[in-house]
Amino acid sequence: MTAESVTSERMPAVEIRGATKVFNPGEANEVLALDNIDLNVGAGDFVTLIGPSGCGKSTLLRLVAALVDSTSGTVLVNGKSADQARLDRDYSMVFQKAGLFDWRDVSRNIELPLELMGWRAADRRRRSKEMLELVKLEDFAHHHPLELSGGMAQRVAIARAMSFEPALLLMDEPFGALDEMTREHMQNELLRIWSETETTVIFVTHSISEAVFLSTKVVVMSPRPGRIAAVIDNDLGTRDDTARDAPQFFANVSAVRKVLRAGESQ
Amino acid sequence: MGLKRLRGSIRQAIVFALFVGLLMAAYSAYKGFGQSIDDAQTDWPVVGSILPRTDDLTMPSVLEIIAGVFDAPRGLDEAFGSIVLREAAFTLREAAVGFSAGVIVGLAIAIVLSSSRLLERALVPHVIASQTIPLIAIAPIVVIWGRKNMDFLPWEWHDWMSVSLIATYLTFFPVAINGLRGLHSPSSEALELMDSYAARRGQTLWRLRLPASLPYLFSAFKIAATASVVGAIVGEISAGVTGGLGRRILLEAQRYTTGPERLYVAVLGAAALGIFVFLCISLLEYSLVRRKGTEAIL
Repeated sequence: MTAESVTSERMPAVEIRGATKVFNPGEANEVLALDNIDLNVGAGDFVTLIGPSGCGKSTLLRLVAALVDSTSGTVLVNGKSADQARLDRDYSMVFQKAGLFDWRDVSRNIELPLELMGWRAADRRRRSKEMLELVKLEDFAHHHPLELSGGMAQRVAIARAMSFEPALLLMDEPFGALDEMTREHMQNELLRIWSETETTVIFVTHSISEAVFLSTKVVVMSPRPGRIAAVIDNDLGTRDDTARDAPQFFANVSAVRKVLRAGESQ
Repeated sequence: MGLKRLRGSIRQAIVFALFVGLLMAAYSAYKGFGQSIDDAQTDWPVVGSILPRTDDLTMPSVLEIIAGVFDAPRGLDEAFGSIVLREAAFTLREAAVGFSAGVIVGLAIAIVLSSSRLLERALVPHVIASQTIPLIAIAPIVVIWGRKNMDFLPWEWHDWMSVSLIATYLTFFPVAINGLRGLHSPSSEALELMDSYAARRGQTLWRLRLPASLPYLFSAFKIAATASVVGAIVGEISAGVTGGLGRRILLEAQRYTTGPERLYVAVLGAAALGIFVFLCISLLEYSLVRRKGTEAIL
């Protein structure tokens, strides 16, 4: 495989052209949340959206998920409209709160999307077991969500999201509520799952180091109106705990920070 | 765990017994005090003019009331307690049917109203207004209507079913209002999650909204269950239905002078029935909504 086919010839998983989102159009509290966004996410990429509060990164993610409609412009996921992709279950979403249903045990939480898709009980059970192995929580199948730590609950949420093997994983600050130690551990786990499953990931975060450590591409956004300030290619080679101390890591962190600062001073 | 729960139940039983004893003591104390006002008014110049007096007819002694449970009324060889028990079973049937119908109607209203903000805003005031109509006013209408117009049903309509209908009128309300709150209780993230899975409306209702409403629904069920007993008793009294605790209370009130303790027993029977249905719901809640970290209120 040539280097070129790896970077540019891949079919885009997500194609955003001139996407604009206005909340409460025509009213006194009208807000231009996203202004003319263009973005390509290649299949297998790990893209982070980073920026200060109010820069529209969560809205952009919801545009891809078709949980929010764009006011103008097009959003294509796997070559079809975002809403069609939602109906075809091409993606799965992970939120800041794990959002597990506390009346279901861990295993049945993971089975939820499979139930909605009409899987047979035996298949659901088998898949749920595989997913628990993937997130290394085999022993917790029958625990209740309220008995789990924040990190464990979020791993269950990831297992639930991955259960039907979506091509695209959308993550909205999934580790934002975790402590620093758990967070780094979860980042390593996520990268392992990403490389094992070859899923495309779009990941929203506030944290510069998280963005640089995780992604192949960092999309820096600036607020009011939400715009893309820069797209930084981020090649760290192997990503493990030594990469967190590598010079390249720090160089990319400062590059992202510089763009963020520039956006602030505008 | 089992031992801990057993110890908890025993402690609860002791507290309950103590409370009953305290009530009996307070009752007896006031009885003595009220009678002393009557016997020697001059010794109680101030309180005697404020507090109601009492005598054996208005306040039969605790022992007389207890004896009233076991004594057979004149001309019968059945203990009065067992008569009350039979009447209570009759009322319980009316209440249970009324409660079940009320739960179904209340849930249906909650589900319909939760589906649209417009419907909710337009119709909730009507649901609330329905409860301002006094039960005594609609009870005779329901009974007359039931006797005349229910012949289209495949089964024969009995008066007790009209009483159930009156109980339904009281029970659907808390279920509808609490159910509506419960159906709206899932977080926006939980709803987005279901949307992201392209869940159909019915799936979101069944797998998210309804299970999330269970705690809300059970507190409504507890209110509704006791209300269904009240509705059944008031229904019996105002509709002139034969049988049931309401009828018995009316009867014993009419012949009060010859056996005041019997009215007390009948009223206490009604209270016991209310506690009984409340406990039944709590037990059901305990077995259904036993979530880790949440304690059932029993």
